[in-house]
Amino acid sequence: MITVLDPGFYTTIQDMGRDGFRQYGVPVSGVMDRYSGKLANMLLGNNSSAAVLEMTMTGVKLKFKQPAHVAIAGADLQPSVNGISVDSRKIISLKKDEVLSFGKMQNGFRTYLAIEGGFKSDVVLGSQSMYQAITKSFKLQKNDSLMFRSVQSEFNDTKANVKYDTSILNSTELEVTEGPEFQHLSKKLQKQLFNSELTVSKNNSRMAYQLEELFQNNLKPILTSPVLPGTVQLTPSGGLIILMRDCQTTGGYPRVLQLTEKAMNIISQKTTGNHIKFRRNGW
Amino acid sequence: MVFELRYSQYNSHSILIEWPAIIDDIILENILNFKFDIEKHFLKQKIEVVNAYNSLLVIYSLTIDNINDEIFILKSLYKAQNNQKKLKFNTWEIPVCYHDEFAQDLDDFSKIKKLSKSQIIHLHSQPIYTVYFIGFLPGFLYLGGLNSQLHLDRKISPDLNIKKGSVAIGGEQTGIYPQNSPGGWHVIGNSPISIFDVNLNPPCQIKSGDCIKFSAIDNKEHNEILNMVENSSYQLKTL
Repeated sequence: MITVLDPGFYTTIQDMGRDGFRQYGVPVSGVMDRYSGKLANMLLGNNSSAAVLEMTMTGVKLKFKQPAHVAIAGADLQPSVNGISVDSRKIISLKKDEVLSFGKMQNGFRTYLAIEGGFKSDVVLGSQSMYQAITKSFKLQKNDSLMFRSVQSEFNDTKANVKYDTSILNSTELEVTEGPEFQHLSKKLQKQLFNSELTVSKNNSRMAYQLEELFQNNLKPILTSPVLPGTVQLTPSGGLIILMRDCQTTGGYPRVLQLTEKAMNIISQKTTGNHIKFRRNGW
Repeated sequence: MVFELRYSQYNSHSILIEWPAIIDDIILENILNFKFDIEKHFLKQKIEVVNAYNSLLVIYSLTIDNINDEIFILKSLYKAQNNQKKLKFNTWEIPVCYHDEFAQDLDDFSKIKKLSKSQIIHLHSQPIYTVYFIGFLPGFLYLGGLNSQLHLDRKISPDLNIKKGSVAIGGEQTGIYPQNSPGGWHVIGNSPISIFDVNLNPPCQIKSGDCIKFSAIDNKEHNEILNMVENSSYQLKTL
């Protein structure tokens, strides 16, 4: 068992999401930056869909009541055990009563903590991913107890490292394909979307990232239609909304672009004021 | 009935199929028949098919290798559509208490629309509404069939907390809030039932293609049903 001494700014339990219930209006949820989440699991030999902690902007402070192996990937968050700094993207062994904490976020916005065997929590509609009105709690709270499947393998070489694609944290280019209503845009507006440097607004969350720049348009609204994480909507007032993992299942704004899976991971590591650019991609 | 459909790749593992942009029961039936055929055809693969007013999104579990092959399969399924089958749809009775206690916007609504409260309740609880699909929130039903006398634009600024079960009108639509949520619709009543329950499988008994009818209840009945819902002893009734 683990005790949460400090839950951080916004920390949730996430797996690869809740498939199969979209027709009831249930968002998919799941790890925002799947690349980093999967990598943390891979380091420990976990199944890539094992539940991890997703930390946003600031880290957690956890007290381990039993020994465990963990691994960290994603934004650089300066992890330490009992105050002594440890490496990300390596297996970290914790003894009973040791405390894992984090420092200042250096690069990126979301950090993943995987634990050998995976975190245990209620499986609701096929997933452990926290989401308001689906799971009992929607984020970690102080004094929460976290359970995990204790495996206790012998890791012979804890120096083993895997190559991490840092472009997930550093890239500002989001590869996109055309959305269903892209062709409704004027040629001029289509060009503008790809030539503009765009800014992440303060309205960014697991549900959606709104961008600051406005693109005047006279697109007609559409009949409410299905949307997916990564769909970019253009509102009548000209705002761009990038839908993220916790997004609704349907929407009524024109869907002009669609992010690739890698672009979803990249945008998940961005925060207020960061700049991005769309890059057009074919199939 | 055969419509001219538009097929397009939506992302690396999904295909969007679109019907003419009209809200219509015949289109809905055609969509749901096709959805049934697709689900049946891909039973062994894990796919998910989501519908809205005039579209279907087919979400595959794996990346699509050859989009033309996949679209060909879908087109063949549509061509071979078997109208013999009869999808089974229910008409559900949804109890609603329109009493002032639950209807914070009914007074204003009545003044703006120049209709008495009892006229509003009558116009709202008379029709059989079609459930086109579920979206916006888990268990939020997109209903068609609101009497045009009750159409009223959404509020300019949304209320921050509309209570679970609130029955409301926004624009040309009416709906039931399945959970506490912000929202810009005019609340005219409350239903004590739980439309969406994660402990049930499926979590929502009402599905796309079903119908609902509101039936007016008083405060006492509202309270009784609420208690039954909390004890899990309430059964949603069909007409």
